[in-house]
Amino acid sequence: MNNPQQLRYSKEHEWLSAAEEGVSTIGITEHAANALGDVVFVQLPEVGATVTAGETCGELESTKSVSDLYSPVDGEVTEINEDVVTDPSLVNTAPFEGGWLFKVKVSGEPDDLLSADEYTAFTG
Amino acid sequence: MTQAPRRTALDATHRALGATMTDFAGWDMPLRYGSERDEHVAVRTRAGLFDLSHMGEITVTGPRAADLLDFALVGNIGGVAVGRARYTMICDAEGGILDDLIVYRLAETAYMVVANAANAQVVLDALTERADGFDAEVRDDRDAYALLAVQGPESPGILKSVTDADLDSLKYYAGLPGTVAGVDALIARTGYTGEDGFELFVRPADAPALWEALTAAGKDAGLVPCGLSCRDTLRLEAGMPLYGHELTTDTTPFDAGLGRVVKFEKTTNGGDFVGRAALEAARDRAAANPPRKLVGLIAEGRRIPRAGYPVVGPDGAVIGEVTSGAPSPTLGKPVAMAYVDAAHAAPGTAGVAVDIRGTHEPYEVVALPFYKRQK
Repeated sequence: MNNPQQLRYSKEHEWLSAAEEGVSTIGITEHAANALGDVVFVQLPEVGATVTAGETCGELESTKSVSDLYSPVDGEVTEINEDVVTDPSLVNTAPFEGGWLFKVKVSGEPDDLLSADEYTAFTG
Repeated sequence: MTQAPRRTALDATHRALGATMTDFAGWDMPLRYGSERDEHVAVRTRAGLFDLSHMGEITVTGPRAADLLDFALVGNIGGVAVGRARYTMICDAEGGILDDLIVYRLAETAYMVVANAANAQVVLDALTERADGFDAEVRDDRDAYALLAVQGPESPGILKSVTDADLDSLKYYAGLPGTVAGVDALIARTGYTGEDGFELFVRPADAPALWEALTAAGKDAGLVPCGLSCRDTLRLEAGMPLYGHELTTDTTPFDAGLGRVVKFEKTTNGGDFVGRAALEAARDRAAANPPRKLVGLIAEGRRIPRAGYPVVGPDGAVIGEVTSGAPSPTLGKPVAMAYVDAAHAAPGTAGVAVDIRGTHEPYEVVALPFYKRQK
């Protein structure tokens, strides 16, 4: 499983991009997407919503299961990926790229986010 | 005490293919090899190869084998011709369904009963107990067979390329002994996908070679290995019940809309069979004052109904419960089977919704099945 070096990761299997002007992009990892199977529905937080690290902010449904979506950081949602709402399979086919989920203006982050190598070891 | 899950004769094959495995009824089974959606589409349009070795085979032989099965099961088993198969059920004395079964008549006095993995012991125990007084032997053959299935429109062509058996004269719900890719097999034209297809009962030691031979034979026709996940969406689209979901010990065949499998007109054993009185009452109740009915539901939205979710009516009151739900690759929408109060069970009934974790998502009531193959 390839976990991009420039990203950081939560133990709930989200990835977080480095902030640009305070805004980070968030998605779920390839490891999580594979575990879910074919994702068929995503419910994302609304733009403007406040999210809290480790708390539920949406849902991911696959053929076999439904999983909560957590935010890896605190902040305010600035944008959601409408493409993935229309075509949830992007989560499976491009989890680190076109399958990103939402962007957050980060106001706080937990101290247990993982580096790519740490996350690879965590999921190994 | 936890027991390690059992592994089929094809376990190494599945792992070599990178299958995602899952515990199913005490067996470590392939859930999917890649995308379950792609596997589903392959079976609808081309062909899929399944390992179903977790299914439970029980052989019933002897001069009164037919009489025993007529007494133990709800179907008219003595009336099944040699070489044919019958879908039937085994009920308890209260008419509750212990399992749904396929019974193959292998010879005049020899049958093979195929039970669901989770119920195989229950069925074996019930048949053994019910055999008391019959000149018939009930044999546990669960370890004697591996079961491979080739399902999909290309499956006849694929199988023909590796067998001399006369598949053209093998009808739906029939089985004949033959040789497939050099391996002795009971070749049955049965399945659980809504497509044409074959189930091959073979010795476990022969299963890996047969899997490889079928994989090679099906390569050009687009055959792919398929796991239990797509098997579930295939059978759901085909409106086929699954034990533990649509069928339970709290359900009679009449409650499940499958009263036709109960044959009251049997002449063996003086017409007696286990559950007869309770099933007669269930039949009359279903005709006069039907309880909930099993219906199909098609979503307008995209959220998936799951087993156990409430079905609600126009005023929000609970009118039923989802028994199986999944996104239907063929329809492109979520679908479900559900037991719904008879007043709301007619196709087209307005205002029906499924409570999906607190949100009432609108659903259309339809007749089952969702999908029927063109013949």
